[in-house]
Amino acid sequence: MGEFKVHRVRFFDYMPSAIRAVAFCRRTERLAAARADGSVEIFNFADNYFQEKVIPGRDGRAVEALCWVGRRLFSAGLDGEITEYDLENLRPRYSLEAYGGPVWTISSNKQGTLLAAGCEDGTVKMFEILEDRIQFQRNLDRQKGRIVSLSWHPSGAQIAAGMMDMIRIFDTETGHASHRLLVERGAGASKTQEVVVWSVAFLSDSTIISGDSAGKVQIWDGFTGTLVRTHLVTKWDVLVLSVSPDESSVIAGTSEGTVTQFQFISSAVEPLPGSDRQWVRTRTFKNHSHDVRALVHTDTAVVSGGMDTQLVVRPLLDKVEKNTQESALRKITFPHKNLVSCAKKAGLLLFQFPDHLEVWRLGDSDGNGKPGDILPVKRKPEKLIQLNRKGDDQICCSALSPCGGWLAYSTVCGVRLYRLQLDNNNICINKVSKVPKELCSAQQLCFSSDSSRFFASSSQSSVVVVGLQQLEWRHLQTLRPKSGSREPVNLLAPSEDGRWLVTANTDCEIHVFDLQKLKLHCSLPVYASCPTAVSVHPTSGCLVSVHADRQILEFSLEQKEYTEWSRKLQQQGLHPLWLQRDTPVTAVTFDPRNPAHIILHDAFMFCVIDQTLPLPDAKTNLYNQLVLRSLPPAERSRNGHAFKICKSFQNLLSVALLEDRSLVVVERPLQDIAARLPAPVRQKKFAT
Amino acid sequence: MAALCEGYTLCGLVPAQTRSCSGLRGIEEERDSDHVIVTDSTRSVTLYKVSDQKPLGSWMVRQGQTLTCSAVYNAKTGEYVAVSDNKVIRIWKEEDVVLDKAFKATVSADVWAVLCAQGGEPVVLFQRGAARLMDSLLSAPQQPIEEVLAQDEAIRWSTSIVAETQQLVLFTTELKGDHFLYLHRLNPNSLQRYRLEREEPGLSPLSFSASYKKKHICLLYLYPNGHVYQSLVSVRAPGAEERAEALQLPRSLLLSLPVGGELLEAASAIILDDAHIAVVGVPHPSAGPGKDFLCIWNTNFQTLQAGKEMAGKLYRQLWSFSNKLFIPHGKTLSVIPFACPESSLASALGKLKQAKTEDFKLPALVPSWNNILHGEKRQPPKTMETRKTKTQRRTQSTPSLTTDQVLELIKTAPAEEVQKEVEGLLSRQDLQELQPSLGQIAASLVSRSLADPVFYCPNTLAQLVHTQCLCHSVCPDLLPLALEKKDYFLCQLCLQFFPDIPEAITCACLKVFISLPDVDAEKLSLEPESVSFMETLISTERGQVGLQNGFSPTFCEKDQSDGSSGQQTRGKNRENTQNPPQPICPVGVHKAALINEVLQTAYSDTFLLPHLKDLSSQHVILFLQYLQFLYLQYSQDVLPQMHSFRSPSLDQIMDWVCLLLDAHFTVLVMTPESKGLVMNLQRFVQSQVKLFYELGKLEGSLQELNKMKVKKDVGQYSIEVIELF
Repeated sequence: MGEFKVHRVRFFDYMPSAIRAVAFCRRTERLAAARADGSVEIFNFADNYFQEKVIPGRDGRAVEALCWVGRRLFSAGLDGEITEYDLENLRPRYSLEAYGGPVWTISSNKQGTLLAAGCEDGTVKMFEILEDRIQFQRNLDRQKGRIVSLSWHPSGAQIAAGMMDMIRIFDTETGHASHRLLVERGAGASKTQEVVVWSVAFLSDSTIISGDSAGKVQIWDGFTGTLVRTHLVTKWDVLVLSVSPDESSVIAGTSEGTVTQFQFISSAVEPLPGSDRQWVRTRTFKNHSHDVRALVHTDTAVVSGGMDTQLVVRPLLDKVEKNTQESALRKITFPHKNLVSCAKKAGLLLFQFPDHLEVWRLGDSDGNGKPGDILPVKRKPEKLIQLNRKGDDQICCSALSPCGGWLAYSTVCGVRLYRLQLDNNNICINKVSKVPKELCSAQQLCFSSDSSRFFASSSQSSVVVVGLQQLEWRHLQTLRPKSGSREPVNLLAPSEDGRWLVTANTDCEIHVFDLQKLKLHCSLPVYASCPTAVSVHPTSGCLVSVHADRQILEFSLEQKEYTEWSRKLQQQGLHPLWLQRDTPVTAVTFDPRNPAHIILHDAFMFCVIDQTLPLPDAKTNLYNQLVLRSLPPAERSRNGHAFKICKSFQNLLSVALLEDRSLVVVERPLQDIAARLPAPVRQKKFAT
Repeated sequence: MAALCEGYTLCGLVPAQTRSCSGLRGIEEERDSDHVIVTDSTRSVTLYKVSDQKPLGSWMVRQGQTLTCSAVYNAKTGEYVAVSDNKVIRIWKEEDVVLDKAFKATVSADVWAVLCAQGGEPVVLFQRGAARLMDSLLSAPQQPIEEVLAQDEAIRWSTSIVAETQQLVLFTTELKGDHFLYLHRLNPNSLQRYRLEREEPGLSPLSFSASYKKKHICLLYLYPNGHVYQSLVSVRAPGAEERAEALQLPRSLLLSLPVGGELLEAASAIILDDAHIAVVGVPHPSAGPGKDFLCIWNTNFQTLQAGKEMAGKLYRQLWSFSNKLFIPHGKTLSVIPFACPESSLASALGKLKQAKTEDFKLPALVPSWNNILHGEKRQPPKTMETRKTKTQRRTQSTPSLTTDQVLELIKTAPAEEVQKEVEGLLSRQDLQELQPSLGQIAASLVSRSLADPVFYCPNTLAQLVHTQCLCHSVCPDLLPLALEKKDYFLCQLCLQFFPDIPEAITCACLKVFISLPDVDAEKLSLEPESVSFMETLISTERGQVGLQNGFSPTFCEKDQSDGSSGQQTRGKNRENTQNPPQPICPVGVHKAALINEVLQTAYSDTFLLPHLKDLSSQHVILFLQYLQFLYLQYSQDVLPQMHSFRSPSLDQIMDWVCLLLDAHFTVLVMTPESKGLVMNLQRFVQSQVKLFYELGKLEGSLQELNKMKVKKDVGQYSIEVIELF
């Protein structure tokens, strides 16, 4: 099959940011997760937890709370503003100063008419949710001490507010506080410290559940304002609570990285008079090494995130079928889009960080080696450029031209293009001025293979085509699909021969534009799952798309139909183990010397699909490389199948094929990320 | 290694008003090493029997008088000499009860000390440096005494030594910070003055000690900074230019004792023997800054040999008479016996080896029923022995003889008594403490036996060897003696416990063992364990009584199908049913047990080969047959648990086969009856080679596995080559 020289790159210092808040929209099955750097990610839980959208953050804006109202997403932060996001253009739509100091929490009522914000100055501010904006309505009675957490009663008539040392229950009609629930401080030395009620939950039977900094989860009776039960969960803080939609289960996230579940079940052991059901602590999940700051109880799973930057989906085994893909634990660590672009011809790598870009030149080695060898590095890789972004907005996308001569990045406020000149040791970078006015911001950027054109996706799935000349750029055309979809483009792929441009958006649409005629060539039939990687074959002109459900489709652009191979694949079906892989394929490339080869990768493997070989059926061994290695060469072809999967490289951020047919794999070992995290809370371990 | 034994108190002290003084003026040896006279700093002289810790007599001068020097004992006349009030010499005998009634003479000058070396006459040393023999002084007590020393010169220390026939008086003086050594020869009189080299300014020697060896006087002196110097002074008269001026006395730094920062104050060093000195009042190097230690240092190796913390204040006083140190500390005068054997590598080696064998003994052999039944008969001697020693230990309430006494006894007493006393000694004392003297005892026992053909005490010797404190170099004649006396049990013990038997002796043993007629050998009583091992080995070979805890080796022989040994087994099985079994042990059990001991001794083949050549061809064939038998038994590997403490290892067997073939190859080739044997051996070798060839192949694969397991440490960047299939 073939040998590859592999540049194994581990110097991409990618560091994800801690997760601060999550919010789940049941109607759309979208989860929004806010990170400490202010960025917000939208995951589609209906489509294999695919990370559809990323709204870049902005320096100085720390999101403290997220709230879905219908399909609209609101956030609030310690900068004192409430922000609504534009999910079509992946940017904040507007921000509104709440005038109450830092906002600790926001919560909307079930009806979706009011948004309550808990402020540092002790006020709960009510905002009316209008069609296109929110409007301040009134303050509830002002309290001493900040409002840290809020929870609406499902009826909307009452709201519970967690504060320092107490919980207040307000009547939303009158705005007066009706109850004051005093929360006991911690024992011992922490007796002098105020206890912070980090989270409250107001259930429809007027039970109030609180989690506080003394490590307690307490159940209160909302009618009488009395404490029903205290569960001491941790020595540290209970940071967050989340209630299941049917209110039968509550989960609490702690500083120890554990998630504790409480269930409202009838206890045969000690029945209480009057009610046969009570809140019982049932399970503890430990999937995090650090604080669990964000927690959502969906119908079937516990979704948690925290300081250790991972989003963990832990299905509840009593709600899902056991031993299915649905019941598998998922950890989402890496973004589902490329942060690395590779200049194939120049051997350069561009690494995208939120606040800067790095351009590296790959190293070199002479000579060849046997498979399994590590070649001596003749020239070490070298960092050529570190380009810091301008302004406060984080970089949302970036691109490096295949020749290595152009570099572009975009923030929500604008696109910047640079001309790079690398002659021997002279590095020269010049900003190309005069941005075409059509280019205001972009979600995706890319260069054509001959570096003469530059493509930027724009609003409403349109693509701006820009011609590049020496230190000059010119708007050529704006391409728009006919479907009129308003969703953002998440993939942009020009063909190698410069003839086609493929776009894919989060509506699962794939459009192909003819770049010679600068108009739409065709739109592919919409497949139910969102495309995660698309690419056009350099010679045959076939479009290969891989979707979030890991389906692979090949579409002939000439014939405008699915190819024979694609139909065969659909008929036979993909191997179950392939379908069970839990990270999406994020790139598809082709080997120009071997037209039948498709190279694709996810976070834990890369795979070469040989279209000439038979497809594996469910009974064959999918991961057969080790078996093949041990066989004599003559027997290999008989036992081989189309999917050549290499798992030698793990935690992959990118796999690219250079012009000299050597592979570049960019790894980011998880232990390197873990090593840069702050120390977790001290826990007594046995024998320490 | 030198050792300090447990000390005991000789007497209490009455400390003088000044706390720095112990209240003792001096201790001198009396008629023998067990008697001392102790002079206290005021009025009394007491005679003690040391081992009994009790005074035998005490004399006191009248109130108002004081003794100004230590009383000495003149062994020739049996008189005690002391000086009171500097000028009155008093001489008395043990029978004299009242000192005042005894002889006294007043001399014309102040006396510094009366000195009396063992074997010499008492000498009176005057404070101004003159010395007179007691006799000549007493003939005219009022004779004028000349002044030898300069105006401000004062004596600091003095002693008397008898060097062959010459009696010498040595004393050191101090004059304005300089120290001098005077060497006064008596009969004919001559005086030589030496100047001691200056140490750092302000430092004066804390203590002196002198000994005579090889026509030289060895002077040892300790400075407060911990330096111990040695100076050698020739005894010979220097010649004409006597006392022209003070000669510079060359010195060598013998030891630099750790003093831990501060200078020593109350310290003293004395010579014990050629290689050892005792030091008191110096910190123990591994016990912090406290100075209350009595230590023995080896000056050859500069190593600390033994140390003991002394309770109470130390007074810079230390005496040593024949293996006993006398040390005043606190309010007591303690006697601490010590031993300074010559350090030898062999004894150190022997000790190490013993430590190992101790460990080795722990996993006991899983006995067969057969052995438990028959071995029982051989067990009793051992248990009886221990019971005997136990009872002895119990009854030994009265202290038995000391080592020295036992040594004396060995020279003359009948065998039974010697045996009794040695047993007593062994049971009484801790073996570790006794270790140095055991060698002496064994050596003297052996020399007595060699000299006196009637005298031989096998039990005692066996007991001594059993202590594992002996080695061949300590008493090189022991093993030859045992061979000569045909005491094979003792031979076995020696082979077992001595780490350093020369190859010649090993070979001699081997020769004797092989030529031993089996009939005689069966009568021997040997180490039960070694015998039982051989019995098990032979019984499995016979396959009749081989039921080991219900396990019959014949069953498992069937699945043995490995090369020649498998063939052998199969052949054996066939013959088992009709004929006597094929590989019979060519020697008897007892003989085999003895030969096994030889197989297990350490040797170097270069030295062994020439001696092996002395074996006759018959013996060689027999030995080879036996080795072949052993090899066969081992390669069957039926009894893995058999490889216990006293069994030769397969490697040892193979090494001996090789050695034997090397030594006698031509003879073996020429001898017709050895043909089959040699061919058999060749077959073994072939099978071994085949086995190792297979193992080598296996090793190759295993190494490959090892290579694969190596976890590659990937740095920030690497270029690798991979292959997809």
